[in-house]
Amino acid sequence: MNNTGLQGLDLSRPAFAMQGLTKVFGSGPSRVEALRGVDLTVPAAELVVLLGPSGSGKSTLLNILGGLDSATSGSLFYFNQDLGGMDESELTQYRRQHIGFVFQFYNLMPSLTALENVQLVTEIAENPMDAAEALAMVGLENRQDHFPAQLSGGEQQRVAIARAIAKRPRVLFCDEPTGALDSKTGRTVLNVLQEVNRELGTTIFIVTHAASTAAMAHRVIHFADGRISKEVENQHVLSAAEIDW
Amino acid sequence: MLASLDQKLLRDLWRVRGQALAIAVVMAFGVMLMVMMDGLINSLSETKRSYYERYRLAQVFAPVKRAPKHLLQQIAHWPDVTAVEGRISGGALINLPEETIPIRAQAVSLPDYRAPRLNDIYLAEGRRLDPTHKNEILLLEGFANARGIQPGDYLTATLNGARRSFHVVGLAQAPEFLYTPAPGEIVPDDKRFAVFWMSEDALAAALDMDGAFNEVLLTQPLGVNSAHLLYQLDQLLMSYGALGAYTLDDHLSNRFISEEIQQLENSNRVVPPVFMGVAAFLLYIVISRMVQSEREQIGLLKAFGYTGWEISLHYLKFVLLIAIFGALLGCVLGVLGGRGLSGVYQLYYKFPFLLFRLDPATVISSVLVSIVVACAGAAWVVRRVFALTPAQAMRPPTPTDFSTGLRFGQGLLAKFDQPTRMVLRTLNRHPLKTMMSIGGIALGMALSAGMLNVLTAFDRTLAFSFEQVDRSDLNVNFVEPLGPDSLYYLARLPGVLAAEGVRDVPAIFHFGRERYRGVVTALAPAPQLFRSLDKHGQPIALPQQGIVLSKALAGQLKVQNGDTLLVDIRQGRRPKLPIQVAAIAETMTGAPAYMDLKALNRLMFEPGRVSGAHLRIDMHHAQTLYAKLKDMPAIASVNLKNHSRQAMEKMMDEGAGATRYVMMIIAAVITFGIVYNSARIAFAERARDLASLRVMGLTKSEAAFVLLGELGIITLLAIPVGCAFGYGLSALISAGFSNDLYQVPVTVVPTAYGSAAVAVLLAALGSGYLIKRDLDRLDLVGALKTRE
Ligand SMILES: Nc1ncnc2c1ncn2[C@@H]1O[C@H](COP(=O)(O)OP(=O)(O)OP(=O)(O)O)[C@@H](O)[C@H]1O
Ligand SMILES: [Mg+2]
Repeated sequence: MNNTGLQGLDLSRPAFAMQGLTKVFGSGPSRVEALRGVDLTVPAAELVVLLGPSGSGKSTLLNILGGLDSATSGSLFYFNQDLGGMDESELTQYRRQHIGFVFQFYNLMPSLTALENVQLVTEIAENPMDAAEALAMVGLENRQDHFPAQLSGGEQQRVAIARAIAKRPRVLFCDEPTGALDSKTGRTVLNVLQEVNRELGTTIFIVTHAASTAAMAHRVIHFADGRISKEVENQHVLSAAEIDW
Repeated sequence: MLASLDQKLLRDLWRVRGQALAIAVVMAFGVMLMVMMDGLINSLSETKRSYYERYRLAQVFAPVKRAPKHLLQQIAHWPDVTAVEGRISGGALINLPEETIPIRAQAVSLPDYRAPRLNDIYLAEGRRLDPTHKNEILLLEGFANARGIQPGDYLTATLNGARRSFHVVGLAQAPEFLYTPAPGEIVPDDKRFAVFWMSEDALAAALDMDGAFNEVLLTQPLGVNSAHLLYQLDQLLMSYGALGAYTLDDHLSNRFISEEIQQLENSNRVVPPVFMGVAAFLLYIVISRMVQSEREQIGLLKAFGYTGWEISLHYLKFVLLIAIFGALLGCVLGVLGGRGLSGVYQLYYKFPFLLFRLDPATVISSVLVSIVVACAGAAWVVRRVFALTPAQAMRPPTPTDFSTGLRFGQGLLAKFDQPTRMVLRTLNRHPLKTMMSIGGIALGMALSAGMLNVLTAFDRTLAFSFEQVDRSDLNVNFVEPLGPDSLYYLARLPGVLAAEGVRDVPAIFHFGRERYRGVVTALAPAPQLFRSLDKHGQPIALPQQGIVLSKALAGQLKVQNGDTLLVDIRQGRRPKLPIQVAAIAETMTGAPAYMDLKALNRLMFEPGRVSGAHLRIDMHHAQTLYAKLKDMPAIASVNLKNHSRQAMEKMMDEGAGATRYVMMIIAAVITFGIVYNSARIAFAERARDLASLRVMGLTKSEAAFVLLGELGIITLLAIPVGCAFGYGLSALISAGFSNDLYQVPVTVVPTAYGSAAVAVLLAALGSGYLIKRDLDRLDLVGALKTRE
């Protein structure tokens, strides 16, 4: 696969470094300033949790970092690569080789089995793990041949995580991954994410409304009104199992 | 009342505007055809009826060789005869200075001091005949216009071998000459056939008919069966050389116009309903998709207290807006198309007036039909609105279950990558939907393929009759059948390369209760210039005994191979000959009956006679040859094959031909409408999956494959089905359009299917392109935000 735009990644730099990042939707009376100048640096291999009230811009930031959208102004670096300067196809390659996503609604392909959903990604990635191995990591080795309709919500979300991690992404973005799940299932999912972060060294961003999740993060970012209102580095990180819901 | 729902309605309509427009256009075409054909049928039959009535067209015609006038009184006293007229009519040749070949014409008498009781004329220009000037004529308007002849001009014509000069005092039309092909042809050519009317006395003098007539015209009270009258006439006129009485139904000009109206009625019964069906189908799919994707919203509305009726009304309104727009557009197109077509009709059917008149009831009924059709399409779906409960609708979406349904063999699937599996599983998961899509596209294709097939096959028939059947350059007809010397004489004329005699004998075929006025065509063994061929182009062997009938004629008479016909020969000694049917052959034009020349002459006790000849000539000497033929009194007419052919081709290109292009465009639009709709709906259903694929890093083309691959497979599967449907349709069309004047063959024309398939592929590519464009613009974040 061609990823000329992303060659010579300088891994000594922070995974993400942004300055004065803004995002404006629409114009005139319907103009919305979703991001009003975000300055943030995130070292590689960290687990970051984003908290904040609804509409504060968390998803917007995640989408921009993940290459689904572009910022209106400001600078944004992924290691030494200027994400702001990438065109459509470079962003596609960026997502393809480096990024994994997990959404609130699992977005699995209903016409593919669990295993096949994962293979969808391993077939196009450069250095993927075995699809079955990815499913095993999320504890679904026994459900490989089931279609999404035959899986519970939590299981579907775990397949989505397996699919996201199977290509060994450097970064994993999770927008409210537990939003549609009960607390017990949610904990299982968070546990999986934490393991991925530990074992694979994947940088993980988790957007959540459950403030207690912050305890398992290396870095907690509080959002308010399109800006970072508070940034905390946790000295002591709890495991997902220890979190108090 | 539902102001906010109406707002939603308009937004939804705008969102699916491409599809809505495609459906409205399909519907518009259905309505257009309905309005156009209904209006044409209405205009043609009304105009025909009033034209016939105003100019007192006869209902029964009885041609005879020469009968004394006093017979007319006798006939007038028969019961059930309301009017009788006797007249004289005869073949003539018009000699124009610019034409080396004399033009065939028919001279018809008009009574000298009164208006004709039957078969009056419509005087288009100039004045009527002055009986004191015996050289005055009225000329058929179409011919006069084509030749630039005006009242006041003089022209020379040969009548009964004598050349005379005539004074054209007026131009006329008549209901019996609505459609005027030259004898033996089926396409009129204004330039090459004329009718002129002249004083009865003068014509009688020219044709040796003093005190006599050679045609009886009759009318009967309404609703009286004419069979007995025909029999009586034949009996009465038998000894004077009756050629067989016939009714208006068998009158050639009337037959052509009636067949035309009949065919319009047939098409009107089949074609618009097909379009309406397609439109209903498309609406059903769109609405069904909308209700499916809006089930949560519906549940919500119900939870708020909206009734099932109110919500259903919302979707019905959506459908009605499309239907009414389509119907109105169709009415406008129908009127425009109808006006244009009635102009084309007037080129071939010489009505003094033909106004495209639209019955307001037609407009109202087509709008109503569209509405009913649209509602029928929506009704199935609306049931589901009622069935939905708020709770059901509010449950989180469960992904479609792909675990059930036909399992592909794992070995088979293992060969494919995941995107291909998605395509295959989707097609397989919804076999009914897949089949409906395939069926829809195949139907659209069948319309094009069937229509193209029939038209091309018809063209080929014509080419076939001009290239294979008739391989001569010109043919001549003699005034009376002549002996074999005539052929030697013709063959020795300068420029004649080969001459071949034929004998056409007018005859009435009887079998059981059936009766057909036709011609026996007798040919020499193994003819070269004019051959009897079957539909495969193989020469029909003419046996030493018996007659070979075309399938069309056999059908008319209801005879089987081996039956014995009574052939009532209407020439010479007029023998009534029992002749066995030796074979039935599938021919391509007309309803011919073939016999061996010697065999026929033997039966008629007229050895060696021929009624005309086909000639192959050296074009370098053509002009001198024409001049020679022109001066031979024994020759009734000379006909250049190329002229007939040109007339035929002109009609194919301008008249009936023009409508075929309209039909093709309509079929193409329908095909595109169906393909585009299927693609759009697949896109809408898959938007979220496609966005997910893009988020995972699949490129635009890779994501598009999942969608377009499905469209591609459906399209490819639809093509063979479309071919099969198309063949069925062309068989239906040819069955409906064939008669004893011409047959529409059911031969398979591969290019027709090829072109239709190409049209479908182009429609698929076009739709694919439009969808791909939208896919490239897909808002990834937006698509993923929604739940379903
Ligand atoms: N496509 C868009 N067009 C216009 N405005 C948008 C669009 N997407 C987001 N916004 C606006 O940007 C702001 C930030 O939205 P964002 O989705 O980032 O919030 P969020 O922090 O993720 O909220 P939540 O916790 O509810 O998911 C909101 O005011 C939202 O209305
Ligand atoms: Mg959000």
